[in-house]
Amino acid sequence: MHIYCTDIEGKVNELPATEEWSVMEIIREGGIAMLAQCGGSCACATCHVYVDPAWKDKIPPAGEEEIGMLDGAFEVTADSRLACQIFFTKELDGLKVTLANGSM
Amino acid sequence: MTNTQQDVISTDVIIVGAGPIGLFAVFELGLYDMKCHLIDILDRVGGQCAELYPEKPIYDIPAVPVCTGAELTERLMEQIKPFSPTFHLGQMAEKMEKTADGKWRVTTDRGTMLEAPVVVLAAGGGSFVPKKMPLKGIEAFEGTSVFYAVRKMESFRDKTLVISGGGDSALDWAINLQPVAKHVTLIHRRDEFRAAPDSVSKMRALVASGAMDLKIANITGVSGQGGHLESVTMKEEGKDPVELPCDSMLAFYGLTMKLGPVADFGITFENELVPVDTATFETNLQGVFAIGDINVYPGKMKLILSGFHEAALMAKKAFPYVHPDRRYRFQYTTSSSNLHKQLGKDE
Repeated sequence: MHIYCTDIEGKVNELPATEEWSVMEIIREGGIAMLAQCGGSCACATCHVYVDPAWKDKIPPAGEEEIGMLDGAFEVTADSRLACQIFFTKELDGLKVTLANGSM
Repeated sequence: MTNTQQDVISTDVIIVGAGPIGLFAVFELGLYDMKCHLIDILDRVGGQCAELYPEKPIYDIPAVPVCTGAELTERLMEQIKPFSPTFHLGQMAEKMEKTADGKWRVTTDRGTMLEAPVVVLAAGGGSFVPKKMPLKGIEAFEGTSVFYAVRKMESFRDKTLVISGGGDSALDWAINLQPVAKHVTLIHRRDEFRAAPDSVSKMRALVASGAMDLKIANITGVSGQGGHLESVTMKEEGKDPVELPCDSMLAFYGLTMKLGPVADFGITFENELVPVDTATFETNLQGVFAIGDINVYPGKMKLILSGFHEAALMAKKAFPYVHPDRRYRFQYTTSSSNLHKQLGKDE
């Protein structure tokens, strides 16, 4: 199973994905230098990604804490999520995300 | 003010970073009669525990089934009380140099000068500094017309000011600068604010009366000339981007960790981490140690509990630097009357 992560240069990276792992962990394990400063506790907004609109409905919506934390991210859109709060399942095989400015 | 020799504070150990590991280092060093001064850029102790997750539960502190970041900090402060550490908060360690008599001198950005035979770097992920906006060309304006903190309110007098953000800092400064500036526009990505309810009401009232503008938008660009901001580009949802004329911007997006000046202390760094010997946690410099998240060694795990262990081993190696005429004597706090004395528990 894989996810596709577009990095800040616009390069698409195919990254091996593991069930139950957060997308932040998958991106880091895949060798992409993502800041993710708080280590995945939804406390810093430095793992900001844009989820491809085609995948948005397959992911549980952001909770109140995540929405609040996104105030500390830049150029937040309707597709914005914190990668540490998206947990990979087999239904997400092929998920496409793009790194946002300020997360690396 | 110039510092004279008399202004230098002499101590046993200088700890850079007052997070949980820096605090516990005070305990381990204190047991062996070493006094500590701590420096931290935040205006309070606790480091990441205070800044990132004060309310979040921590479950992996031995014998403490659960506590929050704030509680952990509080308990560590209680534990190190007998050793009366001195804190230099709201200051960044800026320079480290060797003195003529072989000690280390650390100077902060506020001019505090400390000297000691031992320096402990417990700086975690680095200094907490304001997040900078990752906008193209913004560097040209930073420090002249784009700011991430307010030093003097007067410098915003009669300015056409944009304030970006939706937390307490953004709202407090919008409210406080509104009477000073020519005009204030508050820009936030959503029409909800994570700030004190009183500040939100005050801001809403100013907006309703027309004294201040509020735009629900993202800032996507800045433009101007010679370091002088002329406008910001803002994009409201579902609309085309528009230019908003302004001559100053304040942006409040919270804090981020940056390594900062410690990188130039002469300590060897690899990928922003300090390689250490796991028997002593000493760096490439004699008498300079690195413990907690800032160090790296084979098998390293960035856990608070690893940092506690590292502090104990560090203290053992630090002892002969501070007390060259004494012999280190390993003892248990349960039984040693000497340690009880250090802890202020002798009857």
